[in-house]
Amino acid sequence: MAEFTLPANSKVMPGKTHSEVTSTTKRAKTFRIYRWDPDSGENPREDRFEVDLDKCGPMVLDAIIHIKNDIDGTLTFRRSCREGICGSCAMNIDGRNTLACLKPIDEVKGDVKIYPLPHQPVIKDLVPDLTQNFAQLASIKPWLQTQSAAPSRERLQSPEEREKLNGLYECILCFCCTTSCPSYWWNGDRYLGPAVLLQAYRFIADSRDEMTGERLDALEDPFRLYRCHTIMNCTQTCPKGLNPAKAIAEIKKLMVARR
Amino acid sequence: MSTASNTGHGKASMRTPVARARGLGAAKEGVQHWWAQRVSAAALVPLALWFVASIIGLAGADHAAVVEWLSNPLVTVLMIVLIGTTFYHASLGMQVVYEDYIHTHWLLIVVNVGTKFLCVLLAASAILAVLKISLGA
Repeated sequence: MAEFTLPANSKVMPGKTHSEVTSTTKRAKTFRIYRWDPDSGENPREDRFEVDLDKCGPMVLDAIIHIKNDIDGTLTFRRSCREGICGSCAMNIDGRNTLACLKPIDEVKGDVKIYPLPHQPVIKDLVPDLTQNFAQLASIKPWLQTQSAAPSRERLQSPEEREKLNGLYECILCFCCTTSCPSYWWNGDRYLGPAVLLQAYRFIADSRDEMTGERLDALEDPFRLYRCHTIMNCTQTCPKGLNPAKAIAEIKKLMVARR
Repeated sequence: MSTASNTGHGKASMRTPVARARGLGAAKEGVQHWWAQRVSAAALVPLALWFVASIIGLAGADHAAVVEWLSNPLVTVLMIVLIGTTFYHASLGMQVVYEDYIHTHWLLIVVNVGTKFLCVLLAASAILAVLKISLGA
């Protein structure tokens, strides 16, 4: 059966408290951050960091970089571009999956709870193991495939055809949507999840691609595609404002259209 | 299906992540099930509204009045269609719930097939009951 409780060795315990708040601190904020060290053999814990907001920038990523630099250098997380285009700093902030670099601290009322993306194996602290997600991405062949001979110049596409890729090409593969999906939590080993299905539709919708039928064949499966029950967490959580649920619905419509 | 062989997390599988993601390949089915679930749902909207309205209309009626209502050929046919569609839709829906939550392969098959048998049995019994009243047996 699906498991609804954490195994004993995954239960989150109370952790340490670090504070840089003094009597002169004007703007203080508490960050409660999930910590897990694979080498310690201990359960995960939730550390409290009392941060002086005047010492860091406005986004949650600014705060955790400040914590790593100035309070606890062992805090581990992924980050790169700090402007919402690389998808590295995806994490669960204040109960919702989003990018730490795009999430303003002042949008969070009370303590800022930061956890890794839900229901993925954790490598350390806020770093989830996304091996399966990227393997699933590879399995749908996210590149243009053609039958006809390679043209001597670029493959043409009308402005209307290009228009169809809007809302699809912008995906940065942060997997906020996939890891917010209960269907993916219970059946992630077989269900492809919203991020990968949006990528699949991005190539199905591309007028230059000639393997549409084969792409639909590869998705026609009770688990790969049809575990989507239009829960819509994906669309609600997407930090780029995309709509994976609609992309999945378009795939389902094409499945019916070709019968 | 079995979490041990397919997720590979924390298990000593030497298969590559892509091999696990590709798994046994696409089943090449699922459209029929998905479409049938929606068509039967659409059929149930007017049928259920008609049934509820009829039952409200029969509130306080005596046994003879209900038997007379059910003996009307149109009512008999609609009742049989309602019963058939309801149990068909239920069996399709329960299958999806089982597939979501039951991760032990043999248990999934037993529960799924058991539910299908039960739905056919209940539908046949209900239809026979309607026919007996309608045909005055």
